[in-house]
Amino acid sequence: METAKKRILTGNKAMAEAIALEMERDPSVFVLGEDIGNYGGIFGSTQGLIEKFGAQRVLDTPISETAFIGAAIGAAAEGMRPVAELMFVDFFGVCMDQIYNHMAKIPYMSGGNVRLPMVLMTAVGGGYNDAAQHSQTLYATFGHMPGMKVVAPSTPYDLKGMMISAIRDDNPVLFMFHKSLQGLGWMEQLDVSAEHVPEEAYTVPLDKAKVVREGKDVTIVGVQMMTHYAVEAAERLAKEGIEAEVIDLRSIAPIDKDTILQSVKKTHRLFVVDEDYKSYGMTAEVTAIVAEEVFYDLEAPPRRLANPDVPIPYSRPLEDFVIPNVDRIFEQVKALMDEE
Amino acid sequence: MATFEEKQPAVSMEKLKWMYEQMVKSRYYEDQMVEVYTEGKAPVFNIGAGPVPGEMHLSTGQEPAAVGICVHLTKDDTVTAPHRPHHHAIAKGVDLKKMTAEIFGKETGLGKGKGGHMHLFDPDVKFSCGGIVAAGIPHAAGAALASKMQGRDWVAVAFIGEGAANAGAFHESLNLAALWNLPLIVVVEDNSYGISVPKASSTAVASNDLRAAAYGISGAYVKGNDPIAMYKASEEAVARARAGQGPTIIEIETHRYLGHFQGDPELYRDKAEVPGLRQLDPILKLRNMLLEAEQVSEKEIEKIEKQAKKKVDEAYQFARDSKYPEPESALKDVFTS
Repeated sequence: METAKKRILTGNKAMAEAIALEMERDPSVFVLGEDIGNYGGIFGSTQGLIEKFGAQRVLDTPISETAFIGAAIGAAAEGMRPVAELMFVDFFGVCMDQIYNHMAKIPYMSGGNVRLPMVLMTAVGGGYNDAAQHSQTLYATFGHMPGMKVVAPSTPYDLKGMMISAIRDDNPVLFMFHKSLQGLGWMEQLDVSAEHVPEEAYTVPLDKAKVVREGKDVTIVGVQMMTHYAVEAAERLAKEGIEAEVIDLRSIAPIDKDTILQSVKKTHRLFVVDEDYKSYGMTAEVTAIVAEEVFYDLEAPPRRLANPDVPIPYSRPLEDFVIPNVDRIFEQVKALMDEE
Repeated sequence: MATFEEKQPAVSMEKLKWMYEQMVKSRYYEDQMVEVYTEGKAPVFNIGAGPVPGEMHLSTGQEPAAVGICVHLTKDDTVTAPHRPHHHAIAKGVDLKKMTAEIFGKETGLGKGKGGHMHLFDPDVKFSCGGIVAAGIPHAAGAALASKMQGRDWVAVAFIGEGAANAGAFHESLNLAALWNLPLIVVVEDNSYGISVPKASSTAVASNDLRAAAYGISGAYVKGNDPIAMYKASEEAVARARAGQGPTIIEIETHRYLGHFQGDPELYRDKAEVPGLRQLDPILKLRNMLLEAEQVSEKEIEKIEKQAKKKVDEAYQFARDSKYPEPESALKDVFTS
């Protein structure tokens, strides 16, 4: 009997492969952004594309985010399928007008007569002391604003499948990839940043959360790094007899209420963890959904853990203090289990 | 036909008549809008009252900028316009009934009432506009990029006010368009004021065509709010773009007869200024030139004017007769399906 050798890809290679497959399939797909050509993207998301498709379809841009994201909008309105990269999500300020007043609103303001089949991919996340202007996730900032699909895949498999779905979607998709999950050689190597990824093209829906660990005692909702931390915390909790169900949100908007509600109806307890700011954030949204829909199924008040509303500090002990980690998830879930 | 300054014939009578008709239509459209907009807003002005609420930026006096270049465009060429978009929309051939219905917030409007006067989208003639200064320039550059990538000879025109030439989007887009040799024409309508700020107080150069040198592209300046001079400058720029020879900046000296928005007290300019500018009305000048050329009779001119006005009247009537959208439809169109 032959054992198929499983191909392992890092997050960045899974993304680049997804874009390459779509570029082969559809000549209207092209990529533009800063350092995405010969450099292959600062976080490797376009690695190898310029060699395969040339500089006509893999366009290095000047440092002109308003122009190239706006141009992606204009080209998308003409039927092209641009994949633009905003190098860090933190740079949104120089081009947020194009993203929010135009990309996200034109389909609506045109009464659905203008389609913008584009992807805006951007690197998110901290944890490597890059300080306040290069470490944010801003999930909620974008999730708050109607008109964009906002996704944040947590695994190489999902990065590939959701990128393919995003490129094929007729709506603008903000595609957030976490720097720590790209599997880059120059960042901390995490086991979860590499896994088996099928060679062929496949899609993963843009609006479905995923139960990544089943359990009966408590529901933990997270996204990207916090999902992985939650799984680690859940393994430790299991040793203490607590079986946590972990949900990887995957999509910030639209949010998959059903998966969350089904889980909470089963476990009767909710814990939400987020790398983003706490106030008005994803944790608040998930908690509010549960409170509105299944309040009487809860056996204890929900708990949430997130950045305590401070810009992300540079110094390691300071940064470690503000970004949630496995220890804190473990401790706070235990405290939640002790509540009546 | 010569420009207002020159005397050499250059433009066919057919095109001149088209330009005249669009200018008359545009002017009459705005004149009607002045009246409609004040309905329900007197004696106390309330921007949210009346059949046409919200901000209203009218283009009265600026017609030459739009017709002088749109006469060279086809349905396949793209136009992006700013917050003051009616003259561009009319010259580009936007469906006048749907446009007016949109401004009235009706379900028959271009955007089913979701866009309004500053957010008109007519993909059938590749027209769009927006309420954010300079934001249409990169969209036009993107349309030009799409044209180039698709191997077409279609061009894109971005209309902006002179104030927008100081926004980052102007410089970023022109550098990109020059770098990528895109078929883009940026038309800067210099009406002397960015809301209330005179050009000299906001702009480091006398005219924005001079900035073309910074990107290694062509620039042209059209003085005297002259539709025929605009025709000539645009003819060159559009031909250059179609031939793959890159972008152009055209700045036209034009005049805004009304406030920045309806209700603007216009305290920043002398009361005598606008009556003086109206003496230079390009529509009257063009009318007189057409008559002097003796190829068009007074009767024919009147017929053109009557037809133009009829189309505008029909559009307004259509808008008034149309229904408002169902409130629940506000939930639709967040995503296209």
